[in-house]
Amino acid sequence: MTTAAFFVLAHPFLESAFAAGTAIALASGLIGSVVVLRGQVFAGDALSHVAFTGALAALALGVDLRLGLYGGCLAFALLLAVLGRRTGADDTVIGSVFAWVLGLGALFLSLFTTSSSGTGGNGTAGVSVLFGSILGLTGGQALLDTAVALAVVAGMVAIGRPLLFASLDPAVAAARGVPVRALSTAFFVLLGLTAGVATQAVGALLLLGLLAAPAGAAQRMTARPFLALWLSAALAVGSMWAGLTIAYLAPLAPPSFGILGVATAVYLATFAWPALTRHRGAGSTRATPPATVSGSGGVIGAR
Amino acid sequence: MAEDRTIGADPAVHLADATVRLGGRDIWAHVDLDIAPGTFVAILGPNGAGKSTLVKAVLGVVPLAGGRLEVFGRPPGEGGGDIGYLPQRRSFDPGMRVRGVDVVRMGADGDRWGLPLPWGAGRRNRDARVDDVIDLVGATAYARRPIGEMSGGEQQRLLIAQALVRNPRLLLLDEPLDSLDLPNQAAVASLIADISRAAGITVLIVAHDVNPIASALDGVVYVARGHAVSGTPDEVITTETLSALYDTPIEVLTTSDGRRVVVGQPDAASHHAGPHGHAHGDTGTHDQGERR
Amino acid sequence: MTPHAVAALAGPVLDPIVDLRRMLALHFMVNAFRAGTVVAVLAAVVGWLMVLRRQSFAGHTLAVVSFPGAASAIWLGVSATAGYFAGSIAAALVIALVPRSVAGRPGGQESAVIGTVQAFALACGALFVSLYGGFLDSITGLLFGSFLGVSDSQVLTLGAVAVAVLAVLAVIGRPLLFATVDGAVAAARGVPTRALSVAFLLVLGCTAAEVSQVTGALLVFALLVMPAAAAQQVTARPVAGLVLAVGFGLAVVWVSLSVAFWSPWPVGFWVSTFGFALYVGAAGGRVAVARHRRTPVGGRRGAGERERGRALAPGVVGA
Repeated sequence: MTTAAFFVLAHPFLESAFAAGTAIALASGLIGSVVVLRGQVFAGDALSHVAFTGALAALALGVDLRLGLYGGCLAFALLLAVLGRRTGADDTVIGSVFAWVLGLGALFLSLFTTSSSGTGGNGTAGVSVLFGSILGLTGGQALLDTAVALAVVAGMVAIGRPLLFASLDPAVAAARGVPVRALSTAFFVLLGLTAGVATQAVGALLLLGLLAAPAGAAQRMTARPFLALWLSAALAVGSMWAGLTIAYLAPLAPPSFGILGVATAVYLATFAWPALTRHRGAGSTRATPPATVSGSGGVIGAR
Repeated sequence: MAEDRTIGADPAVHLADATVRLGGRDIWAHVDLDIAPGTFVAILGPNGAGKSTLVKAVLGVVPLAGGRLEVFGRPPGEGGGDIGYLPQRRSFDPGMRVRGVDVVRMGADGDRWGLPLPWGAGRRNRDARVDDVIDLVGATAYARRPIGEMSGGEQQRLLIAQALVRNPRLLLLDEPLDSLDLPNQAAVASLIADISRAAGITVLIVAHDVNPIASALDGVVYVARGHAVSGTPDEVITTETLSALYDTPIEVLTTSDGRRVVVGQPDAASHHAGPHGHAHGDTGTHDQGERR
Repeated sequence: MTPHAVAALAGPVLDPIVDLRRMLALHFMVNAFRAGTVVAVLAAVVGWLMVLRRQSFAGHTLAVVSFPGAASAIWLGVSATAGYFAGSIAAALVIALVPRSVAGRPGGQESAVIGTVQAFALACGALFVSLYGGFLDSITGLLFGSFLGVSDSQVLTLGAVAVAVLAVLAVIGRPLLFATVDGAVAAARGVPTRALSVAFLLVLGCTAAEVSQVTGALLVFALLVMPAAAAQQVTARPVAGLVLAVGFGLAVVWVSLSVAFWSPWPVGFWVSTFGFALYVGAAGGRVAVARHRRTPVGGRRGAGERERGRALAPGVVGA
């Protein structure tokens, strides 16, 4: 273990990557757990599109990509907070909007790569927005990212308990005086920040995986929300370390592949090995009656 | 008022010592039941007793664990167009962009493979029949609008039309009045009663509350605690019969306007406690979908 | 310089006939239009059913999975087309065969699975592209669409698969629609709803792979969902809706390809923009028309309204 630590410290880029990566994974794991709990994974998907388009819009306009990245994510996060629960827009509408946002992002990508203001690193910047560039972070960038991620972690620690309460049982929480609305807004802001910072680690297209996979795995392993929270963080950090190690050992593979690959493998393991889910307790699935007819689409509960 | 075709005919539905088991426990067992053709029969009982399960057994969707069940002398599930079915608590997604008339048409031939030919006598006959039955339920004015945009009462009428379009001999309705307001309950109930009487259709209707349909009933099947009791309403919905069925004191009171109120019935044991008034257990699960 | 670049550099003359001729003088553009036409028709029909079944995100996921399929095919030196299909169909089979209990609780869990699958698929694609030394261009093409280099064999494959899929839909379409709108009643009538769901997933996989080859793996929504959704906004009648969806799809593809030829921007951007504009236009049009007629859209009619019908026997006297 100590030799590994010394090894990392000897290579500055690795040091930046591990530092920033750990903080980012910690933040992603924590907030991803709440995202999955609240059933709002779609928000992460939407954020990833916004992050992509925002970052590339900034690049195309010639400004620092983080302006567009964080700006877009935070603006959208606040929009989500304001809109609240689903207002009646269905999958078709939401998906169409975000498909168009993604198309816009493709436009900006093309604009950026063909613009005369770009240097020889044009292609790299585009790819790094898509798939992350954790091994390419400079010391300063890594520092900023670590700071933002740690701020998210601190925020989650501060509001974690009431946030979980408000997420699991909003009506009761509100009755008890928990500021459900404010917590919801805070949650979305933290999510936006996480999306921004995770984009630099694993890329806009893959940040959903970092939010969903460790959280999903943790939720399958335990039904206790707080335990799931920390378990998710631990799994995320573990995936990050393993992924970075793989990336160092196999330079041809993009680092985000390693990180996401490990996270997915862990998630897959919770399906393949029932022993891991032994402690689910109250959340276990019930035997469904054999006659359940499998319609789809139009049938829902009473109005 | 029995019609000629019902005298001496085989029972529409016949159960002998029937048992149904779901999820490892007996929903009801050793049930003997005969339902005469052309009669209007209500299936009553507390939540989770197995009323919907009885309907599904008659449809052949749920198999028997023991005993015999015959529908018009044949095993269940072979009825095809002979049986019209209205499942429980269907409410269409407000965004469902399918017209009411198309929903009824599906009742006519939606289960056939291949594409429908847009010409020919068969097609004309089908369309005429669909228009007839929509007229019968009084839905002609709005049938061509998307079904998601209709009120509960309007949707139910079209769904009844769908169940009737193939001229069934048996109509199975699972809590059709449940999501309707009172005026609509009365209207739909009398519609069903009138149609069945006019056409001699056997009607089995699962209901929570007998009062909207009480005046049209020929018989009642009361399902509770794993058993079923059948007979006329006056025979079954009495203090004595229900107390014996539940093995606990039950009182049946009659109000001044003739309505019957059952007091003291415990709900059947369900797997999980739900909000008051919702049916659980045998009625399947509601998928809440993703909260957004 | 590629012929495309030469032609595009010259710029459109803005005389439609001349521009069209110049564009179609290039063989790959002819192929692109052929491919686009085939795909638009297939996507409109399948998409119409998919929107009705609320499976838009399943379609999107199946398309995303085609990206690593195509990338790995290129890395292995096989045709990318085969890779697209392999990826989507394999994923469709996995989804179809996974027993329901594994899907876990509805809501959070299921979306977590889908989100993870999408992210992992994209990560794998990135891996394969990196392995064969591809650069941003190839990623952009695979993810956001490219009409360059559509080969004759690719057009034939797309056409053959489309014909096969449409033939299957012709057979199962009616019971599938029944099962979609009215699952319980359909099952009671003996319609094999579960088998039909599986069959449709496979249909969807093939279609997603086809559309990916025109719009790119990430933007299939533009052809698969938007034209069909727009058509459903305009009319609820099934036949008219299908025909309209096909018309919309063809319009979107043809216009997008033409514009994309003359502009330096990815075809996927154009398809998604025109498709989205179409959808918004159709939805907005419907709202405007409804307001004009002063009928509430999605509203409920009064509960007390009396419907006219055949005179029936008055209320039944006690039995």
